[in-house]
Amino acid sequence: MTDVRALPDDVAETIGRTQYEETGEFPVERGYVWTTCSSVENGNPLFWDDDVAAEITGGPVAPPTMLSVWFRPHHWAPGRTGEAQPLQVHFDLKERFSLPEAVISDNTITFHEPVRPGDVVSSRQVLRSVSEEKTTRLGTGRFWVIDVEYRNQRAELVGVESYTGFGYRRETQA
Amino acid sequence: MTILTLDEVKEGEELPPLSYDVTATTVVLGALASRDWRPMHHDHDFAVHRNGTRDIFLNTPNQAAWFERYLTDWTGPRGRLGRMRFRMKGSVFPGDTMALSGSVRTVEVDDTGCGWVDLDLALRVGDQTCTECSARIAVPVTADDNPWDRRSGRWRP
Repeated sequence: MTDVRALPDDVAETIGRTQYEETGEFPVERGYVWTTCSSVENGNPLFWDDDVAAEITGGPVAPPTMLSVWFRPHHWAPGRTGEAQPLQVHFDLKERFSLPEAVISDNTITFHEPVRPGDVVSSRQVLRSVSEEKTTRLGTGRFWVIDVEYRNQRAELVGVESYTGFGYRRETQA
Repeated sequence: MTILTLDEVKEGEELPPLSYDVTATTVVLGALASRDWRPMHHDHDFAVHRNGTRDIFLNTPNQAAWFERYLTDWTGPRGRLGRMRFRMKGSVFPGDTMALSGSVRTVEVDDTGCGWVDLDLALRVGDQTCTECSARIAVPVTADDNPWDRRSGRWRP
């Protein structure tokens, strides 16, 4: 548990609050499904054979582990002036605490309703906790836990991802 | 087509190992397939000089896709993932041979009648465990059962 009294007020007040409610920039599509399956040589007929998909899942679905794919912004888009980040709360915390580097150390994904081609997936981020300063072999910084909830266009929960991030400063940067 | 049923799964059972020679293409293809544009997954100079790593390295969503493929190779298409947890302990670089392994921790049927297998998985390079993964996957209890039919209260991942 985070002792919120040990955190700056502006950070403490964001804990448990919904941030960055966003809708995916494109509908779920099969091209990415096949590219992903190809990248790991996944021959599951559910993703390649429409008859199998119809029989087992009532039509095509995306691999469950592609959940985060549908909320990652384009690298560039018309009118965009800055770099869009896929897990903005993580980058906000890096900046807030002046921690130039960060890694994700733990990631838990819970899968609910299947994601299907044509779905438009929305996400929202919730900061769960921020640790005090700690030193690891990477450097000195803070751990934080961020949940990302995903829903389809019918507001059905399709999954929840929970990330543990570690923002840090390498010793040579101290 | 493999259709694994719950009665065929034994606690302590080891899954068939999977070995794969990772190249720069593996890393970049996985990063782009997961729409992850961060440079440490495609830019060697950035990875080495900014991140301080040996080379570009496999990203987490693509590792998730590798573990999913590994599990459903075993269960067949009626296997339905419920939950995965990853702990990253090291990186996987071009030139590495990564080895996926797994063992069944528990087998159970929940009170909705859904069959679940909990597994401990690992991705290793040589003697180093790079990623640990615990996974929970629904497997048909009988030949005519289909976990993908489950919705709302009958699906408790």
